[in-house]
Amino acid sequence: MALLEVTKLGITFGGLHAVEDFSMQIEKGQLYGLIGPNGAGKTTVFNLLTGVYKPTKGSFCLDGEDLTGKSSIEINKKGIARTFQNIRLFHKMSVIDNVKVGLHNQHGYGIFTSFFRLPRYFQEEKNIDREAVELLKVFGLERERDYLASNLPYGKQRKLEIARALATRPKLLLLDEPAAGMNPNETAELMETIKFVRDQFDMTILLIEHDMRLVAGICERLSVLNFGQELASGETAAVLNNPAVITAYLGE
Amino acid sequence: MLIQQLINGLNLGSIYALIALGYTMVYGIAKMLNFAHGDVIMVGGFTMLVTLTALGASLGANPILLTGAAVLASVAVCTVLGVLIEKIAYKPLRNASPLTVLITAIGVSYFLQSLSLLIFGSNARRVNDFFHLGNIALGDVSISGNTVLTLAVTVLIMIGLTLFIRKTKTGRAMLAVSEDKGAAELMGVNVNRTISVTFAIGSALAAVASILYLASFNSYVDPYMGSLPGIKAFVAAVLGGIGSVPGAMIGGILLGLIETITKAYISTNIADAIVFSVLIIVLLVRPTGLLGKKRMEKV
Repeated sequence: MALLEVTKLGITFGGLHAVEDFSMQIEKGQLYGLIGPNGAGKTTVFNLLTGVYKPTKGSFCLDGEDLTGKSSIEINKKGIARTFQNIRLFHKMSVIDNVKVGLHNQHGYGIFTSFFRLPRYFQEEKNIDREAVELLKVFGLERERDYLASNLPYGKQRKLEIARALATRPKLLLLDEPAAGMNPNETAELMETIKFVRDQFDMTILLIEHDMRLVAGICERLSVLNFGQELASGETAAVLNNPAVITAYLGE
Repeated sequence: MLIQQLINGLNLGSIYALIALGYTMVYGIAKMLNFAHGDVIMVGGFTMLVTLTALGASLGANPILLTGAAVLASVAVCTVLGVLIEKIAYKPLRNASPLTVLITAIGVSYFLQSLSLLIFGSNARRVNDFFHLGNIALGDVSISGNTVLTLAVTVLIMIGLTLFIRKTKTGRAMLAVSEDKGAAELMGVNVNRTISVTFAIGSALAAVASILYLASFNSYVDPYMGSLPGIKAFVAAVLGGIGSVPGAMIGGILLGLIETITKAYISTNIADAIVFSVLIIVLLVRPTGLLGKKRMEKV
């Protein structure tokens, strides 16, 4: 059974079919790409899969559990985490605190415990701190742990967003244009990081990307969206050589 | 004497600061001005009155126990009230325009005033002395025990609150929600619960402020007693930079000092006018308040 099973998902805004009849299966451990021209509805698919929008048609299941119409919080708890096209870190918080917000649901201690600073508080905060540092190390951010997130260079902000998403312990990680605005060196490094995350955390990753070198370099399968509908899907090489896909990107 | 007046100013300023914290935290997280906050002070005052009267017969022999019970009751009632106000009046308007929420807040304020008018009538009632702390003499300066208590409680609360916000997961959730509600939600932070906690803390602080106010300044309660301290604390929050916790602390203390010094050396009659003029001047020079961050519009 596929980890993520999307069946005929659709949403309309007024009369506009932003996404229509969209289906896809992602196997556990896969690196899956979602591509398509600007305005094709890629980010809308992400918003549907994370509960930001409620689908008007269709359904999606994670690990066999139907998550259609669930709230963002529930979906995150069930195991889907994401990053954003335009970075949405908590800019006024420190680097490590950003990751700690991601760890929010991993460590249970109630508000009562935090008010009175019971032993449980110190123990859990210690665990949170240790796990946050471990994640920062994976992304080479441990030296910047006390910097404000807004003071990080752009490439590191993108990495911190991935670290924060991973802190929620997802089964499926959604990356929305992780290489946007990066130079070729940063992109090459990012490709390594994404592969590393997949191997290290045994993660399944769905990413939206415009950088075709990145897509061709790391994605195993692709779905192509155009005007909210699937244009093609399958193995990366085959899809990228599909004449319909080339036409959609480059015009007739 | 100047030192005496400065101490009085710190006393008043601490109370403003405690109230201002409620305004500023709610604004920071729910992005709304809770104009019913001043009336929570009034509810705290009446709860003191009622519990002191009701328990006076049975616990009267033990003033410490009696006062303790009344303080606990007041804090508990205000905390629950704050959470209820948010759940009933503001939560359904989470996505409404800010103007709608503002008008609702004013409505809640009038509702609380009218309700207590209905129950207690319009006469001011005296709350029995509940803190019997003597005076402390330091050379020529005499400080009342209540002032020392107020300052100590305020300092403790400020330290505790700062630690709570910076060092606990609920505090981090509050910071995250105040910055980006949507992103916080997508990281699994329960935004509704975080907002409830904020209202609970703000209202509990209002209760503490109410008790200290009754102890130090005016031991009478009436249905409108929350209005003026509420508005002044709001001024303090704006002065310090609304949304900023240290800003509310500094703004409150500053406002208390200005008001007391004006009353002592210039005129009692125009003290309030001067307080509000300070607000106007600060906003002209620094529209975001003393500690408010400048927001750059990106083009």
